[in-house]
Amino acid sequence: MTKIYGKTLEELHTLLVSKEITVVELIQETFAHLKEIEPEIDSFITLNEEKALEMARAIDEKGVSEENILAGLPIGIKDNIVTKDLLTTAASKMLYNFEPIYDATVMEKVHQSDMIPVGKLNMDEFAMGGSTENSYFKTTKNAWDTSKVPGGSSGGSAAAVASGQIPLALGTDTGGSIRQPAAFNGIVGMKPTYGRVSRFGLIAFGSSLDQIGPLTRTVKDNALALNAISGYDAKDGTSSGQAVPDFTNNLEKSMEGMKIALPKEYLDKGVDDEIKDAVLKAADTFRSLGATVEEVSLPHSKYGVAAYYIIASSEASSNLQRFDGIRYGYRSENVASLEDVYVNSRSEGFGDEVKRRIMLGTFSLSAGYFDAFFKKAAQVRTLIRQDFKKVFADYDLIIGPTTPTVAFGLGEEIDDPVTMYTNDVLTIPVNLAGLPGMSLPCGFSNNLPIGLQLIGDRFAEETMYQAAYSFEQATEFHNKKPEIFERSK
Amino acid sequence: MAIREEQAQHVAELAKLSFSEDELKQFTDQLGEIIDMVETLEEVDTTDVALTSNVNDEINVIRQDQPTNGTDRQELMKNAPESENGFIKVPSIIENKEGGA
Repeated sequence: MTKIYGKTLEELHTLLVSKEITVVELIQETFAHLKEIEPEIDSFITLNEEKALEMARAIDEKGVSEENILAGLPIGIKDNIVTKDLLTTAASKMLYNFEPIYDATVMEKVHQSDMIPVGKLNMDEFAMGGSTENSYFKTTKNAWDTSKVPGGSSGGSAAAVASGQIPLALGTDTGGSIRQPAAFNGIVGMKPTYGRVSRFGLIAFGSSLDQIGPLTRTVKDNALALNAISGYDAKDGTSSGQAVPDFTNNLEKSMEGMKIALPKEYLDKGVDDEIKDAVLKAADTFRSLGATVEEVSLPHSKYGVAAYYIIASSEASSNLQRFDGIRYGYRSENVASLEDVYVNSRSEGFGDEVKRRIMLGTFSLSAGYFDAFFKKAAQVRTLIRQDFKKVFADYDLIIGPTTPTVAFGLGEEIDDPVTMYTNDVLTIPVNLAGLPGMSLPCGFSNNLPIGLQLIGDRFAEETMYQAAYSFEQATEFHNKKPEIFERSK
Repeated sequence: MAIREEQAQHVAELAKLSFSEDELKQFTDQLGEIIDMVETLEEVDTTDVALTSNVNDEINVIRQDQPTNGTDRQELMKNAPESENGFIKVPSIIENKEGGA
């Protein structure tokens, strides 16, 4: 049988259409590889093997048509996206036993495309964290170095793709949770424009910031996946009616004449020298492809982290009120009264990082502090949006680093929330402004990947994919694979 | 701004969380550090700046007032920790004199 390991979505599709392999064989081989790697990476919370094979058999029966590009292809799902009759935990003890009775809209789209969900991926509890060390179940490891974090909160999604377990995963991004793990694992991660992808069925963290997006090994795979999951959804009041183009349309288009901005604040102190160098070299690559790259300023971006932690935590404290031990999820047995059900279930069911954010959010919204904290943060958010608006009046795209450092060591920052929070300084402003952001590999430091961040204007994902594809074709970074990937090949 | 343990305790009560003495101390210290970090916002002049609470263009998204089928009760009960005769069970609130009503 033809080996499927490491192939792109398009290559796998060709194999299925030409009947060189069946969908059942593809899924069987996927699980065989996945299980070989899983003990070292720990990226899955739940596997969906039986149902996946059942779906594969059904797709084989009806056949994979040339037009249905994603049919029969394996996909991993971050565990905060609800999946009907498939355990959905958000990596929390609070939902350790939760089997949703409906599918998130993105899952309906996954099924409409005949993609096959192979399992639910590990993450920071309720998507709160940047290292996937806050999961109740396990700690995922970086695909390049298992002593390092995979990033977070979509660490399971990124490590599973980078290590070759699956070609495609869905993640979610509230302050960088797709882009940062994509950068730490040397893959492509896209956080679409707020409203582009329905959030219906996503377990809410920061509702005005959350967005679902794909993580893949190549830019084209990513564009194909975003095609499948985008679009208006009446079930999500924040979903946009903006038309969805084919995101692969402009991939081959020349970069000639594209105007790219490089914010000076994104190369400020705090960003490692090797990362600065890699980004400056990326700027030169874009110049050599015909684009112009000029320095600009985003003066309020440095306040993004502070504004974000107030806004996201405030929204989280409200969203997480629903976890009360009554209708679903964990209920404490140590109760004598209804009040005990609430307090003890929440105190025993939530992990420390979730509690910290609930506390910060509740504090920010409480009497006497609302104006000084929440209102101020929401005003600074306006200034951050205005900064971007000014830049996009003159430029097509913004580039910069995705992260200030490469992947750090497991356990290194987990007890220092402020340091952990400030790691997100380069990704957070994008969420505050509702813009699309993407990370793709642009270099290495000590054999750990460096991510290049592309930021687009609202609904300008086509431009981002165009630039990302041009960069990918002009460079070799995406061809370098972690040792675990090469070993299993 | 330093936050006192009594304040953290009050916030915990609002959030329906309880902490042991050691935990409360740790959470108070960490909250204090986080609040110090977010207080950098005070440097920003926000006079006459409007609030951004969402980044959507849509205003007043309202669905058609049309009846649709609800969710099957048995399905809903599947995830409830304790239920009986189609109702969710919780500890009695009247015997513990918390219910009022």
